[in-house]
Amino acid sequence: MKAIVHKLTRSNEFYVFLVIVALSVVIQARSGQFFTANNLVDIANAMVVPGLFGIGAFMVLVSGGIDVSFPALSSLAVYATTRVLVDAGYEGALWLPFLLAILLGGILGAFNGLLTSRIAIPALIITLGTASVFSGIMQGALNSVQIPNIPTAMKEFGTGALFIATNPDSGLTSTMPVSFLLLVGVLAVVFFLMKFTTFGRAIYAIGGDESAAERAGFKVKRVKFWLYVLVGVIAAIAALVRTSMMGQMHPTNLLGIELLVIAAVVLGGTAITGGTGSLTGVVLGTLLIVIVQNSMILVGIPTFWQRFSLGVLIIVGTGISAIQLSRSRKRSIVTV
Amino acid sequence: MSVFSTASVRMRALAKDPQVTRLAVILALLLIFFAAVRTPSFVRLSTWQSMAVQFPEFGLMALGVMLTMIIGGIDLSVVAIANMTGIGAAVIMLSIAPPGSDPSQAVPAILAAVAFSLVAGALAGMFNGFLVAKIKIPAILVTLGTFELFTGIAVIITQGKPISGLPTQYSEVFAAKLGGIVPMQLVMFALVVVVIWFLMSRTALGTKLYLLGTNPTAAEFSGLNTVSLTVRTYMLSGIFSAVAGLVMLANYNSAKADYGSTYTLLAVLIVVLGGVNPNGGSGRLAGTVLAVIVLQVLSSLLNTFPDISNFYRPLIYGGVLLLVIVMNQWYKPGNFARFFTRKG
Amino acid sequence: MTDLLAVRNVSKSFAGVHALDDVSLTIGRGEIHCLAGENGSGKSTLIKVISGVHAPDGGTIEIDGTSHKRLTPMAAINAGVQVIYQDFSVFPNLSVLENLALTSELAAHRKLINWRRMRRIAEEAVAKIDFDIDLDEKVGRLSIAEKQLVAISRALMSDAKLIIMDEPTTALTTREVDALFRIILDLKERGISTLFVSHKLEEVFEISEKFTIIRNGRSVATKRPDELDRASFSFYMTGREFEPAHFNAPADSGPAVLEARNLGADGAFADVNFSLRRGEILGITGRLGSGRTELALSLFGALKVNHGEILIKEKPVVLRGIRSAIKHGIGYVPEDRLTEGLFLERSIGANAIISEIDNMLTPLGLLDREKTRTEAQRWVDELKIATPDPENAVNTLSGGNQQRVVLAKWLATEPEVLILNGPTVGVDIGSKSDIHTILQDLAREGMAVIIISDDLSEVIENCSRVLVMNDGRIVAELDPEETSEAELAALMAHDESEEAGVQR
Repeated sequence: MKAIVHKLTRSNEFYVFLVIVALSVVIQARSGQFFTANNLVDIANAMVVPGLFGIGAFMVLVSGGIDVSFPALSSLAVYATTRVLVDAGYEGALWLPFLLAILLGGILGAFNGLLTSRIAIPALIITLGTASVFSGIMQGALNSVQIPNIPTAMKEFGTGALFIATNPDSGLTSTMPVSFLLLVGVLAVVFFLMKFTTFGRAIYAIGGDESAAERAGFKVKRVKFWLYVLVGVIAAIAALVRTSMMGQMHPTNLLGIELLVIAAVVLGGTAITGGTGSLTGVVLGTLLIVIVQNSMILVGIPTFWQRFSLGVLIIVGTGISAIQLSRSRKRSIVTV
Repeated sequence: MSVFSTASVRMRALAKDPQVTRLAVILALLLIFFAAVRTPSFVRLSTWQSMAVQFPEFGLMALGVMLTMIIGGIDLSVVAIANMTGIGAAVIMLSIAPPGSDPSQAVPAILAAVAFSLVAGALAGMFNGFLVAKIKIPAILVTLGTFELFTGIAVIITQGKPISGLPTQYSEVFAAKLGGIVPMQLVMFALVVVVIWFLMSRTALGTKLYLLGTNPTAAEFSGLNTVSLTVRTYMLSGIFSAVAGLVMLANYNSAKADYGSTYTLLAVLIVVLGGVNPNGGSGRLAGTVLAVIVLQVLSSLLNTFPDISNFYRPLIYGGVLLLVIVMNQWYKPGNFARFFTRKG
Repeated sequence: MTDLLAVRNVSKSFAGVHALDDVSLTIGRGEIHCLAGENGSGKSTLIKVISGVHAPDGGTIEIDGTSHKRLTPMAAINAGVQVIYQDFSVFPNLSVLENLALTSELAAHRKLINWRRMRRIAEEAVAKIDFDIDLDEKVGRLSIAEKQLVAISRALMSDAKLIIMDEPTTALTTREVDALFRIILDLKERGISTLFVSHKLEEVFEISEKFTIIRNGRSVATKRPDELDRASFSFYMTGREFEPAHFNAPADSGPAVLEARNLGADGAFADVNFSLRRGEILGITGRLGSGRTELALSLFGALKVNHGEILIKEKPVVLRGIRSAIKHGIGYVPEDRLTEGLFLERSIGANAIISEIDNMLTPLGLLDREKTRTEAQRWVDELKIATPDPENAVNTLSGGNQQRVVLAKWLATEPEVLILNGPTVGVDIGSKSDIHTILQDLAREGMAVIIISDDLSEVIENCSRVLVMNDGRIVAELDPEETSEAELAALMAHDESEEAGVQR
């Protein structure tokens, strides 16, 4: 019991959890609307897309890199998918859109992977470059415009409900989307991958000490390459979900979300220096940010404050972990 | 950039710098191509004037990013600082000299606005520097966070709407053409370049910043005040961004929280293209300035081809950035082959 | 039976410089062999050749009777060669269990992880050397000795026939060294050979069965321990006769320039007392982790002290940071010149004058370029830094010349007290004696110098007094003329906690 308490208080996730609880209680006290069925479902709904992106961002951060290209990558992959299917008048099942998006996401991810695994330049700068190329291809070469009518299968997937929650007081209803299962599924797969495969452990090892990983016999370049392919695939899935849920393809809708996603993952305790972090943290960090953004209306703060509050959250969150880190470092210098 | 050499040695060193040479060659080729393919627009003064009006916006931000990258950091908040300070300046101008007010109000209004924007830019940069140097948050996270924060402040002030109706005197001054030829925007950019050149090569600050970027631990152990140096660097970046904000205010005659959204990438691209090492410690002002000009000429050249959509621009910018990075890798001996050997 | 490892006439050069020149080395089965040589003698290159990291230009490597022309790291591991580097190559963010078992999972080309199997593998691995450790602890939280044992356990897992250990005992206490030696002897019983790499005689003398000594990339001697004594060992290592010289200049009789009273920093050192006069060279020696570096950092304002006080010229001062120490006339040549001392890619001139750059301004506050140039040139001349142009980057210099640049940086501040932490680590013989001469001259001119070093001949030959640190305390103050390297070594390695009955 003591060991568990000790372990808990040492983990970042625990504190994020406490903050979430405290925040929920405050919002509930101010608005009385937080712990209502439809609000909770709304929050779950809003978590799906950033959560999926967060899983990818998490994997890259653990390996010691950073990826800011996933919004552009996934927008391009899903725009191309939707364009092709709509132009062909596709009326078939859902598997084809998914297959196409995954394929394209993987290919674009491979482009990231090839560059980041072979070029000794910070991944931030490489992915800034690829992000620009991806959105350039989408907006320039593909001449992207809004596509109002997406294939029926996607639309149905986007509006499909697991269940519908109703607020007894206001009568407002909220839909729990089918895609929430997808989030759970991807979480499960990536959890398995990170914990029970050599590939996943290699990602942690590379983030811990890249040259030691090389010496231990990990194929560092190959692992990085496939990591970015995988992250491309996950990002494409996320964008397909977003497009389906919106019922239309809005090519630039996702651009800019990278900030929010990376902030969520870092708040959840994943170190930007690589090697540490957990999927629990990703979920909690995403939850925290979604709560803050969703609940401002509940407590009567105008939406104009959203970006400001996100900025504060990022700075305070990363600041606390930075202070913790430099304290523990000071201690370790002395004991060496 | 060395402390010791005489002017001639410095010129030779500059010519020897492969990145600067490469950029000069690229620029020359671009200009020749421009002159050959689009002769009428190449010989027109207005082509060059419109370039000189435009590039100071992102050029000034790039200069700030350059300084932070030389000390091993990065500043991704430049666009947000420009917008926030520009909005602040606009609000002040309008409150002192609202539309329809006496023209004599304009001068104090403009002075107050300019002063405010520079001070606000310095404070915003100081805040970045404080978080990087004192709290020790990685610069990427700090400036991503303050990008949101400053943009957030801008959104709150403007409620997301553009602010316009500035006193006409403002753009008469800041968008003026000196002698009917030289745009004021270019003059402001040139002034900042001279200030940076002066700081980096004529004062001890330059040497210290390069050393700090080369090895922060050794800088600490050599008795350099690394916290103050870092804060001052981000402060300079904030001030230059505020100047960029003033230029944008003059160019658009309005201010808005999301102007210049592509400039973050552009500024980083310019700095890397200009030969600044993203890990800190090296990079030349001349390289960055050349890179700014190369990109502007490229962009204006593209404009003369109406078939090429404006949206191709990010593709081209990103492509150039990646190309430069890959080429730099190749220049290291032996790396060319390694790039193509799969697996390992 | 053939030897386990036979290196025959191996040569290797980098950019035309001979790192190894016709080196030979044989190790028998179960033999404990010591490869000795000064820093830069080619030891590490030889290890890299044996482990397949560098391909030799000429010569052959024979492992277990098989001759290898082109040895790759993988081939070396498969042949049973395991290297334990000084940094141990562990993953600080992963558990002991994973650090141990991941490599074998990799070697078996497994795609999936079975934690139960991994735990079994790890348990077996630590059992082999009776290593008692919590397998779930993160390696980053372990002590140096524990990390080393993790590395040894890992090396033994892959059917190793030869374990190469780079300076294995530098950071260990006597008890930990004893434990390590027991393990090595146990390995010997099982026919596993060990190759120690060392630049100090006393480190592994008692356990080694054979010594190969290399100097300037050539093997100069292969001896049994009974054929070696301190003098001959030192001769083979350095190529010069061992002549016990001492620094004996009269110290200033005036007041102390630097004094420590009951100085202590939590978790690092405690109750440190000494005083230092002008013209004196004070030696402080102790093992890695004895608190010697932390003491130096505290005297330089880089580490906070919690107890006692520091007096400069008999006045108590509080050093609030490095810059405050510099203002009080203290200079510090750090332990690790590459990460703490130098700006490798910048010019020699900029490196040398950075600490005095604020005194090189024109009345208008601009940089006086003429002054910086002549000042840089002055240091290059004065410290005989071998370079055609002070504009060249520091990384074009050899280790010895780089150290002179660091020295120049501090001499430029005209310090009253100069603290040097490992002043000649990684410096060639010629520069080493030059640096010693410089330090002795500085003391004769009235500077107070502190040399912190575990190079015992260095402290004995250059210091007026020697303090020995052990486990955060000063355990002895000795006169170099009346002590010996053996006595110092014993005092340094003595396990204090064992004596006090304290269980670590």
